[in-house]
Amino acid sequence: MDRLVIAGREFSSRLIIGTGKYPTHQVMQQAHDASGADMVTVAVRRVNISDRTKESLLDYIDAQRYFLLPNTAACYTADDAIRTARLGREVGLSHWVKLEVIGDEKTLFPDNEALLEATRVLVKEGFVVLPYTNDDPVMCRKLEEAGAAAVMPLGAPIGSGLGIQNPNNIRIIKEQAKVPVIVDAGVGTASDATFAMELGADAVLMNTAIALAQDPVAMARAMRLGVEAGRLAFRAGRIPRKPYASASSPLEGVIGPMRG
Amino acid sequence: MTITLNGDPFTLAPGATITDLLARLDIDPRSVAVERNFVVIKRDRYADTPIAEGDQIEIVNFVGGG
Repeated sequence: MDRLVIAGREFSSRLIIGTGKYPTHQVMQQAHDASGADMVTVAVRRVNISDRTKESLLDYIDAQRYFLLPNTAACYTADDAIRTARLGREVGLSHWVKLEVIGDEKTLFPDNEALLEATRVLVKEGFVVLPYTNDDPVMCRKLEEAGAAAVMPLGAPIGSGLGIQNPNNIRIIKEQAKVPVIVDAGVGTASDATFAMELGADAVLMNTAIALAQDPVAMARAMRLGVEAGRLAFRAGRIPRKPYASASSPLEGVIGPMRG
Repeated sequence: MTITLNGDPFTLAPGATITDLLARLDIDPRSVAVERNFVVIKRDRYADTPIAEGDQIEIVNFVGGG
């Protein structure tokens, strides 16, 4: 599979996965391994001052093997997202951020106005910004013009497992984008990931589809294969869709029909 | 003196620095980031950033997320 390049950095996997919601850290570690991912997302949260016994996430992620991408999940304002991005940079010594500014608690859809503002500020501060947005081609263009290193349109609401709700928009976004297009959120099963890649997406980002599957490690492997299949199919150049049949076997030399 | 630490009141000796605070909490400075009054403090400034009465301090680290 051809390599993914974001902001000049190469990745061999086109599957990016999260670190949240796994039943245990051990399962998360095995799922990461099965997925073949080389970038994983993390959240930035308060240290539990009173209870220091909890295991540390980073004990289960080999930072030499996986590139850590901090997110700004649960930020509802540009200011909070900017602060969180700056904190994430300081923890991880990486200037990359998956930028989220949430506009609605129920759908977790982005507040695009605030997202654009935060993107501009963080790009100016030297961040590599990967903004989580919706499937609006105009918004994706604005984010790219604001300096985003990739655009990340959602397939469906985070954790919904509904798959790619607006495939035509994803296709349009890819058509016009000069930066990578990463479908982020809403994937439910392997065929959703394959579909996203067949639409031309450069990568797929997911968390819940793997972490909450009955067998996360098996699903991680399925997603790895799904993304590869989708990318290969996209690059292979599919046949056009036709309304009627076109036979695959020749019409000459068919044996005579039996009559009477 | 009293400050707000991760959203809760916290008492510490006047003149304490970020380094002192992290040591008191038994937190490895390399695994966290610290914000003082909405400004991120760079790790190499922890030892010479004093904490003042009423300061709002956030100490964060990476956790699982999507």
